[in-house]
Amino acid sequence: MLIPHPLLGPRDSQEFTYLGDARLIDRPDGLAEGALDLFHDYLYLRDNPAGLHQELWFHEQGDRSWLVVTRDTRTHEIVGAELASDVARARGRSK
Amino acid sequence: MSQSHRIEGGLIDRTRRLDFRFDGKSYQGHPGDTLASALMANGVRLMGRSFKYHRPRGPLTAGSEEPNALVELRSGARQEPNTRATVAELYDGLDARSQNRIGALSFDLLAVNDLMSPFLAAGFYYKTFMWPKAFWEKLYEPMIRRAAGLGSLSRETDPDLYDKGFLHCDLLVIGGGPAGLAAALTAGRAGADVILADEDFLIGGRLNAETLTLGDTSGAVWAKASAAELASLPNVRLMPRTTVIGAFDHGIHGALERNADHLPSPAAGKPRQTLWRIYAKRSLLCAGATERPIAFRNNDRPGILLGAALRSYANRWAAVPAQEVAIFTNNDDGHRTAADLLAKGVRVAAVIDSRSDAPKTGGYEVLAGAVVTDAAGRLGLKSVTVKLANGETKTIPCQLLAVSGGWNPNVHLTCHQRGRPVWDAALSSFVPGGVLSPGLSVAGAAQGHMSTAACLRSGAEAAVAALSDLGITAHSADLPEAEDAPYRITPLYHVPGKGRAWLDQQNDVTVKDVKLAHQEGYVSVEHLKRYTTLGMATDQGKTANLGGLAVMAEMTGKSIPETGTTIFRPPYTPVPIAAFAGRSSGKDFRPTRLTPSHHWAARQGAVFVEVGMWMRAQWFPRPGETQWRQSVDREVLATRNSVGICDVTTLGKIDVQGSEAAEFLNRIYANAFAKLPVGKVRYGLMLREDGMVMDDGTTARLAEDHFVMTTTTANAVGVYRHMEFCRQCLWPDLDVQIISTTEAWAQYSVAGPNARRLLQKIVDPAHDLSNEAFPYMGCAEITVCGGLRARLFRISFSGELAYEIAVPTRYGDALMQRLVEAGAEFDAVVYGTEALGVMRIEKGHAAGNELNGTTTALNLGMGGMVSKKKDSIGSTLSEREGLKRADALVLVGFRPVNPAESFTAGSHFIAREAEANAANDQGYMTSVCFSPSLGHIIGLGFLKNGAARKGEVLRAVNPVQDVETLVEVVSPHFIDPEGERVRA
Amino acid sequence: MHDLAPLTPLGAASPRTDRIGALVIREVTERALASVTCRRGQDAGFAHAATRLFGITPPAPGRWAESGDWSLIWTGPDQWFAEAPFESHEEIARIVKDGFGPSASITEQTDGWVRFDIEGPTVIELMERLCPLPTRRMETGAATRSIIEHMGCLVICRSAGVRFSLIAPRSFAGSLHHALVAAAHSIA
Repeated sequence: MLIPHPLLGPRDSQEFTYLGDARLIDRPDGLAEGALDLFHDYLYLRDNPAGLHQELWFHEQGDRSWLVVTRDTRTHEIVGAELASDVARARGRSK
Repeated sequence: MSQSHRIEGGLIDRTRRLDFRFDGKSYQGHPGDTLASALMANGVRLMGRSFKYHRPRGPLTAGSEEPNALVELRSGARQEPNTRATVAELYDGLDARSQNRIGALSFDLLAVNDLMSPFLAAGFYYKTFMWPKAFWEKLYEPMIRRAAGLGSLSRETDPDLYDKGFLHCDLLVIGGGPAGLAAALTAGRAGADVILADEDFLIGGRLNAETLTLGDTSGAVWAKASAAELASLPNVRLMPRTTVIGAFDHGIHGALERNADHLPSPAAGKPRQTLWRIYAKRSLLCAGATERPIAFRNNDRPGILLGAALRSYANRWAAVPAQEVAIFTNNDDGHRTAADLLAKGVRVAAVIDSRSDAPKTGGYEVLAGAVVTDAAGRLGLKSVTVKLANGETKTIPCQLLAVSGGWNPNVHLTCHQRGRPVWDAALSSFVPGGVLSPGLSVAGAAQGHMSTAACLRSGAEAAVAALSDLGITAHSADLPEAEDAPYRITPLYHVPGKGRAWLDQQNDVTVKDVKLAHQEGYVSVEHLKRYTTLGMATDQGKTANLGGLAVMAEMTGKSIPETGTTIFRPPYTPVPIAAFAGRSSGKDFRPTRLTPSHHWAARQGAVFVEVGMWMRAQWFPRPGETQWRQSVDREVLATRNSVGICDVTTLGKIDVQGSEAAEFLNRIYANAFAKLPVGKVRYGLMLREDGMVMDDGTTARLAEDHFVMTTTTANAVGVYRHMEFCRQCLWPDLDVQIISTTEAWAQYSVAGPNARRLLQKIVDPAHDLSNEAFPYMGCAEITVCGGLRARLFRISFSGELAYEIAVPTRYGDALMQRLVEAGAEFDAVVYGTEALGVMRIEKGHAAGNELNGTTTALNLGMGGMVSKKKDSIGSTLSEREGLKRADALVLVGFRPVNPAESFTAGSHFIAREAEANAANDQGYMTSVCFSPSLGHIIGLGFLKNGAARKGEVLRAVNPVQDVETLVEVVSPHFIDPEGERVRA
Repeated sequence: MHDLAPLTPLGAASPRTDRIGALVIREVTERALASVTCRRGQDAGFAHAATRLFGITPPAPGRWAESGDWSLIWTGPDQWFAEAPFESHEEIARIVKDGFGPSASITEQTDGWVRFDIEGPTVIELMERLCPLPTRRMETGAATRSIIEHMGCLVICRSAGVRFSLIAPRSFAGSLHHALVAAAHSIA
């Protein structure tokens, strides 16, 4: 597979490590009310779509960027890849 | 009688003679020959025995689709089974043997199987060898393995080297026939980066096998000139002897280049084969088409081969092992064969054309509307029986029968992703269909274009289109005039009748077998394939699949496309496992990492152990020590009594900087880090988000905004990845930067009561190492040996007064030697990982065995460390009810009630009187060693409610090794439980 | 002045050079290295300090650049490796930190790595056997980290088609050297 790195262009997937669903970006606040339930959902509940799936890949043997890759699970077609830090900021994460 | 059947012409170099052997007999051929063509030129038609019935067989084809002519090539360690004689390039001294026989090829004892064929039909093995069960291993399987099967392995180590590599191109052209050449010329002249790969050693495909003219020259000459032009273009890589074996995701293709298979042996240091990973922006499949046979009774006789194959032997290799040739065809191709043979002076006995409207244009007899119903000649064809249009039977003597059943486009690679071939009625075959891999297109005969002109045209046009996608403007190459005859076929897949008609010659699958499978209820083609084995083994049914499908369709009364199609998976042709390994064989299977003191340790005779990729010294034997425990016990005692030195560079070191670095650490460690003072080190416990312990280590604060973290050796990579995840995905604006410095610093532990005195001889006098000035858990940037920058940490894994000292790695070797010299007066030892492990167990420190992914801080007896005042990774889920049960497992120590007894890690704890079963399980032992300090075995383990059970006696049960030991629950801190030594 | 003798990454007193066919494989030890990472919200100060210290703007992703004693290699978002002569810059981390102050995090990297320079007319053939990058098309000035025989490796194109530097974790020196030499023999 080739991962279209947003900074470095197409790169062989053997340079990457796969983590899984990009939902892992949306970590709940551990001090919030009902945190235990929120963390349960965050860590254990996953959609398993036949189609586009946003997932985290780490460019471990490259520039060590975490990427959010959008991949069609039926065809392996990759329709986009963004820096995970940009995605995280866009989802309202900061410090 | 040499090359008795060599005729005029051909693309062989007659100026040179090559000597070779087949089944011990000597023959001659020429450069340009394959083993099969050279044997044919010597009148040899019989080349092997079939898989199941041991029927005598000759080549059916002249290419990689060959089902029959499989031989063992070379001898000794280089012996290679199942080599297709039809693609084995002849070299001087080639030595090949027929396979799958007992006795001579012409009198195979196992041919008795053929007489038993009524009992060996489809599913025979499934039905027959089911019972008694005990017979399977001892009798049936060895018997079947001996009788059925193909060639044999040498059982020696492969002496050859295999290479691998990576290539990039704009356009990968797969196949160098007319379509491929037209495409490559078009793209090459446009300046695109082009790779043209062809499995043959001579580029040109069927242009080299036919007597066609292209413009004013022969096809072979045009192919040669085109290949020469391509070779001269710097942007084109011409790869003969290279099979594209698979089309994978995103334009990645696998290709096997046979660098030295045409040589007696590869040159020293050179690879035999190279497996390429080709990254192609666009790829064009020009793999041509494969002719298919027509099945009839005894259609597997040696001497019955495909018409196009016979043209290849006659035209390209000038080899026709017969005086009389008959031709059986259902399309115009058979007539092309007749014309070519006549031109070569070979007698054509008859063209048996199943079509009633067969053309009658040549100077040969045409039997229109006739079919071949039987063939005679066990070891070589003698005659065929023909049923004429009027119903009469006629016997025609001949030594060769050329069968033309029509052409199947080579759709193989279009199936590797999501392509599903579709039926083309005009062709009576499948053509590429469904969704092709992104970037892949198909041209030439592979796309169903059956004339030379159409192939040339489609190749050039497909190249223009593919490059246009990439923004490269190309113009179709000037194409020569070529034949553009229509393709006329009336489908005929098998001739009905009695006896066995072979569909798949490699697997001995007959028309009857397919019918039987249908009767037994097999409907799906994929099931049919697995039940009858049709289409399996080295040729993957390239000449057989469609025939099997046609018979199946006939049985079900459906059309062929309704019946289905078998799709193809990589590889296109067999690939040696060694080629997949490439250079990664033996010790090079994976790289190793060496510590800064490695070369020194090797000189001391250290015994090394692999820890991940690292090679670490396990112990350092001294003269007279014959058993590892002697060395390890000595190293432990010397360290505890005086001082020991150990290379701990392999521990992960991560530099953590930034104005919010402390806050970052506070979030990724379960315990508090925000208020760690500069100049201090703290033990840190890192959890996974699910509350399990991920790793532990120490982190030193060198400045307000600068920390150095250590991880365990095993988890260094994973912890770094996790920290980058937290930094980039969870808190992207936090001001923290991290980078590994594991290898930048050589780090040694100096442990034992004399550690300070030893270090004082190394550390420059400006730095006060007194307990007051540099207490336990202190750290500092210092200088050693007269000014070298270094880092010093007062931390201890052994439980002794201990330090870790780090210098830039290039000086690590020298520092080790200096420490040993300086330590001589204290009888200092250097210790390995084994003594390190003993000392940490004696001290009750958790390590990999305890941090096993299922344990929490509570289990480790460190539940109190998880701060409730902050939101750190794993803190919330570590509070789950199930993890906080009153009887949760807790790490404790164990000693045998009888000090002379022993126990092992992995044992489970069972109450004294209880039965040893899972219901009574009280926990398990994780780490065990002999403690030289205490003189008996000790262990660490997890025990239910362990902290409250000290003094209790239990059984440590190991049912696997059938060992039981009475053990007493004790504190995990066997040595210095008050921790006085580390603070001394 | 301290009196500890250094070893090269391959474990000898002096760096090793192999000549195999037309290829030269040279272990390079004369350069010091430090990582330089821009701190959050310090972009302006960082850029100013970089230009003042190195004389150039830090290169874009996938690039390296040089100026005088210094070369800068992009290694990740907001992160570069700075290279300078070891002889004059053994304490490179302190030198760079002095130049950047609180606008950057600096980490000494000199001994964390082994560098091999490979040079010769067949260097592309060698690289094609080792590395998935399109090295044939790499321009002078390109630099990116990739993988060679399971080892993470910074691939720096010093001169297109002629000379590359490979920088890998130091503990892999022996294995990487072996991989280079074995591949060089197969094309020599």
